Amino acid sequence: MTASPTATEQPADDAILRADKVTIRFGGLVANRDVDFAVPRGRIVSLIGPNGAGKTTFFNQLTGLLSPTSGAIAFEGESIVGLTPHEIVERGIGRTFQNIRLFGTMTVLANVMVGRHVRMNAPWWGSLLRLPAVRTEEAATRQRARELLDLVGLRRRVEEQWAKNLPYGDQRRLEIARALASDPKLLLLDEPTAGMNPLETAQMTRLIGQLRDELNLSILLIEHDMKVVMGVSEHITVLDHGEKIAYGTPEEVRSNPTVIEAYLGKGAASA
Amino acid sequence: MPTLIRRGLFFGLVGGLAGIHLGLVGMIDSFQERELLDMSVVLENGGVALGWLLPALAILLVGNRAAARRVADADEASTGLRLAAGALAGTLAGLLLAGLPLVSDAGLIGSMFVNARGKLAEILWLDLDPVMGSVMLVAVGALLGLAGATLVVLPRMAARAVIFAGLVVVLVALLEPFLSAILRNIGLDFVEDLIYARGALQLPAAVVLAALTALATYTWRSEGPARTRVAAVTGGKRAVMVRWVLLGLAMALLLILPGIVGRRLSDVLTQVGIFVLLGLGLNIVIGFAGLLDLGYVAFYAVGAYTVGVLTSPGSPAFAPQIPFWASLPFVIILAVTIGLMIGAPVLRLRGDYLAIVTLGFGEIARILVGSAWLQPYLGGAQGITAIPPAAPFSRDPESIYYPILAFCVIAALTAISLANSRVGRAWNAMREDEGAAEASGINTIKYKLLAFAIGAAFGCIAGAFFSAKIGTIFPGSFNLIISINTLALIILGGMGNIAGVIVGALVLVGLPELLREFEAYRLLIYGAVLVAMMLLRPEGLLPSRQRQAELHEGLEEEEGEGQDPGTSTTLRPREAGITP
Repeated sequence: MTASPTATEQPADDAILRADKVTIRFGGLVANRDVDFAVPRGRIVSLIGPNGAGKTTFFNQLTGLLSPTSGAIAFEGESIVGLTPHEIVERGIGRTFQNIRLFGTMTVLANVMVGRHVRMNAPWWGSLLRLPAVRTEEAATRQRARELLDLVGLRRRVEEQWAKNLPYGDQRRLEIARALASDPKLLLLDEPTAGMNPLETAQMTRLIGQLRDELNLSILLIEHDMKVVMGVSEHITVLDHGEKIAYGTPEEVRSNPTVIEAYLGKGAASA
Repeated sequence: MPTLIRRGLFFGLVGGLAGIHLGLVGMIDSFQERELLDMSVVLENGGVALGWLLPALAILLVGNRAAARRVADADEASTGLRLAAGALAGTLAGLLLAGLPLVSDAGLIGSMFVNARGKLAEILWLDLDPVMGSVMLVAVGALLGLAGATLVVLPRMAARAVIFAGLVVVLVALLEPFLSAILRNIGLDFVEDLIYARGALQLPAAVVLAALTALATYTWRSEGPARTRVAAVTGGKRAVMVRWVLLGLAMALLLILPGIVGRRLSDVLTQVGIFVLLGLGLNIVIGFAGLLDLGYVAFYAVGAYTVGVLTSPGSPAFAPQIPFWASLPFVIILAVTIGLMIGAPVLRLRGDYLAIVTLGFGEIARILVGSAWLQPYLGGAQGITAIPPAAPFSRDPESIYYPILAFCVIAALTAISLANSRVGRAWNAMREDEGAAEASGINTIKYKLLAFAIGAAFGCIAGAFFSAKIGTIFPGSFNLIISINTLALIILGGMGNIAGVIVGALVLVGLPELLREFEAYRLLIYGAVLVAMMLLRPEGLLPSRQRQAELHEGLEEEEGEGQDPGTSTTLRPREAGITP
């Protein structure tokens, strides 16, 4: 665990993703209010908060499913507000889902190849004419998909096995491989260890660190379980009731009274 | 009371009611004209007519169900009990059927159901007096029920051989008009003379056919392991070669088919071809992209009317009279444009909502082409006449067959290569989970529109050929039933699968044309077939592997009986614990 040089302040320099005063309203409900947030390049950071804190809403704004009512979101210095989800994938943000959303009756390999879609250029009529370029691209995609599956630890029978028949933990790995196939610079993981047993959780945590190191990724984790993020993330942002209540290293956040109060209720911090 | 006896009573009641239903709707007496099996060699004037076939099948079926395998309790499921249950069901069904003329002659139902009067009694009582006739009918019912139950008791392979033999005999007898014409066309007159006489299958021929089929089924099935051994030795290369040879032979057969089968059947084939085109197009929209489009007839109409306007001298306002083939590019451009126009507003709708809106679009198309507003251009209810044929092909079914075949092949190849490409993968992903597909980087709007546009192109080409083949088009030719038929053939054949579409078109469009006797009952049979399919095999006759898995979720332990052992093993899920 490396402590950030500027422990309690947002790192101003070289953020791959930056959100400024993001606010989103659904009618009278303010789901996120003035959230400032940044992911430094090459770091693993986490967004945590109790259930209903507005984490997933915030996440959905980063991935283009929702648009903020006000505020700005910039990826690599360019605004991504108003882009569609697939355009955001093309810019270099990949994501997984909290409730695994694989293409169940496609093969494991095909799932990853779908993820590669944005990095393929073959026109739709290319396969009709059996253009050599299309074949080459298809073969390269297949190759790349195999490499990624290998990386996340799925090696057996990837060409005949359906995604839905994989064990739970492997499904999570497959989702990550699919997200990686689009060559993201930033990977967003929505509760990647939800529903996992301690052993699987440990393996997943190791995989996340390994991905950052080997693929040079920046990673944003969403979790409501604080214990999970402590071991892997370098900075943690805490949301509660749609507002950012704390930011810092795991140690700082763990001992922050406001955070403890948010998680355990009033009085818990002083007790 | 033992379970099996209860089942016997219940299914006997069901069988009897089914028989009575068949009688009351007229399927017994109106089919009686058609002789299926000529038994005059053993019995003077003896024979089996079509009218008898359906009630007989019904009783066989209930006899079979009454004795079903499912009753597992050993005490209650002795062979004798099973047979007794089948016979009981057959007897009861026979009793109910025998009673039908009594009730109808007493005027109770006779006044309501015209079919229940007069001739039905003669048929049911086998031209005997009421008492003898009833006794005979009950006896026949009991025998049929027993036969149905025997199929359960027999070893599976033997039962299968018997069933196939029966099916082949029934089909050969039913298709007599066409088979005899084909046999004469290819110069096998002597075979025809041997099998058929006076429009019916001869008893000796039927026996030989049944024996041959049973033998073939039996040996084919027991050959299973040997075949896989051969495949293992010769390796993949040989298999690929065999496939190409088979494909070549099939193509050659398709090319000479019109000459063999004659005009009447060629006409059926062209109709099947048009529906194959429609089916392949709709399969892209529904089967690949998962967009439930119920207004597909709109594209069929656009294709037909565009050809009508552009080629016919009888086009009311604007008649450039260009040749058919020159009009085809315009047809495709227009259809794709309209496909995009219909597709764009409904992009955000899913499932049922999309179905309802497209259903509306289909109706709008039909009403528009028949409207007074467009009458000066499209001829309103009079339609467009004098549409020239697609020269150099004439209107004759033997001629127009060829371009339709060519376009079916093109469409099938297009569909296959799209399915196996980046595009097919994107559609597949979109059908499985639109949100996840979008989040994986697929521009779902673009791919939906692409599916609509390609589907539209296929549909309008089908319409164009329809136009050139028929020569006259009316708004009435483009009603909802075309959309429904096309969807039904995809579902029947196996959604998402090219071969399934072709089989679906043959069964749903081809068979009814062949079995003219059933014409009046077409929709009744249609409904029954679709209900049966949904219950027994919801994935269709030739499903894609994927669709089969989707529809059989949770039934994974079930043994894949009735499937080729070669394919069923690939369908079984396996546990693969990949833990590093």
